[in-house]
Amino acid sequence: MSPKKIVLKFPSGIVEKPLIYHLVKDYDLMINILKANVNPSKEGSMVLELSGDSPNYDQGLDFLRRQGVIVDYLSEGIVRNINKCTHCGACTSICPSGALYISRPSMEVIFEDDKCVICGVCLKTCPVKALEPSVNGGNGK
Amino acid sequence: MGVKKTYAEINEKIKSGKVVVVTAEEIIGMVAEKGVETVAREVDVVTTGTFGPMCSSGAFFNFGHPKPRIKMHRVWMNGIPAYTGIAAVDAYLGVNELPEHDPLNTNYPGEFRYGGGHVIEDLLAGKTIKFEATGYGTDCYPRRKIETYLTLDDINEAFLFNPRNAYQNYNVATNVSDKTIYTYLGTLKPRMGNAHYCSAGQLSPLLNDPYYRTIGIGTRIFLGGGVGYVAWNGTQHNPCAARGANGVPLGGAGTMAVVGDLKQMKPEWLRGTSFRGYGTTMTVGIGVPIPILDEEMVKFVSVKDEDIFAPVVDYSYDYPNGTGKTLASVSYAQLKSGVIEVNGKDVPTAPLSSYVKAREIAETLKQWIFKGEFLLGEPVQTLPSADSGITPKGLVERSAP
Repeated sequence: MSPKKIVLKFPSGIVEKPLIYHLVKDYDLMINILKANVNPSKEGSMVLELSGDSPNYDQGLDFLRRQGVIVDYLSEGIVRNINKCTHCGACTSICPSGALYISRPSMEVIFEDDKCVICGVCLKTCPVKALEPSVNGGNGK
Repeated sequence: MGVKKTYAEINEKIKSGKVVVVTAEEIIGMVAEKGVETVAREVDVVTTGTFGPMCSSGAFFNFGHPKPRIKMHRVWMNGIPAYTGIAAVDAYLGVNELPEHDPLNTNYPGEFRYGGGHVIEDLLAGKTIKFEATGYGTDCYPRRKIETYLTLDDINEAFLFNPRNAYQNYNVATNVSDKTIYTYLGTLKPRMGNAHYCSAGQLSPLLNDPYYRTIGIGTRIFLGGGVGYVAWNGTQHNPCAARGANGVPLGGAGTMAVVGDLKQMKPEWLRGTSFRGYGTTMTVGIGVPIPILDEEMVKFVSVKDEDIFAPVVDYSYDYPNGTGKTLASVSYAQLKSGVIEVNGKDVPTAPLSSYVKAREIAETLKQWIFKGEFLLGEPVQTLPSADSGITPKGLVERSAP
């Protein structure tokens, strides 16, 4: 099965355990760590790509949960930081899906995230970087 | 008998709390309802506003001397070089300035995430910035290097001095070529896939006083969330540009140079800004109060988007090559509707100047005046106007004389 991006959050009591080792050794999962922030005696987090056969895959995740790890699927998305947005409108003619548009006559910029196709073009276009990638925002399945 | 008011009379009304102030948006309906003469009697001040990227901006700083003293030959603020060709510990930071090792457009289109404008915004937000300077050592200024960390409070003087702001009207940019282009007017899609404009139109300062009757050296203004002043005409001030029957220029014309104490400005009104593939700049908030000296001023300030026209220009060939060709002339009412027609094609429009924030600036300035916190500054000298004979020059390449 194709790899899925997973976010792991470790409570401070379990960061010393070699959990990733067990995913490989006991469940035969393939791991690609994308980002990790694990420090002794502190809460930690890790973003990884995980792939493997179906019974092993779910059992591996269950193993992590039993150890106290919070397992989330990475949901990538785009959010508009309303405190940064100046309502200039530069994004509105660039957004291909109509998720960013100007409301008339108020001339406010509206972001409808259910129309957003996460193409990311606004992230590079917004002059004040008010559109931000949202990772780690997913909540479970 | 026509209405006549002086600056002194209006300022007395501000001090005594009897002043009547409306925004350049509100006055449009008042004039339509009551007529010019009645409004000229009733209203004393009309406030304008604009919030757009204004590249010709920056700030002067005096950092004070370390011990031993240094003649700062090079200065970096958060890695952004500042100009030091002035006295020992003075520097000017321009908002377009980029880090020494910025990839620029080597990975086209470059992102230009941080520049001089962002440093100014960070200082206003109370952030600590890294300060580095080098000197070559003189008898009086022996030190050769300093590296430290500063906030705006640690700097002696910090004043914004923007050589060209608040353009009176501007081009509408589009792209007739077959590929996407990245400009100071934003990302323009191929085959006129979009058109970008950059003016507050009926709320914009210089569009409400088209001949600069009341705007000149010493005019007190809203600048970057604080109080500032018009210092001079801006660079590229072109008052003799073509005008419509209402006196309003049909394209870019007048500009202002503005100055003000950075320490009383606010980060939400001076925003570091990045244009993909182009560079960094700063989005500047400016509001100018316009005194209603007589009926003529009422006519000027009641100008509406339908009566202000801007030229549509191709930024893939005509603008870069300076052909002077325009594709169409469209009104701000059309631009704000979201679609303009150019050569028979419907082209979606988007602004780069925030009308929402322009309205907020005009409203804020109105409240300041209404509360008696802000008096009008009578210009010592008004800006050169349509009778000045000024003509813009290009740069001519010549061989050595």
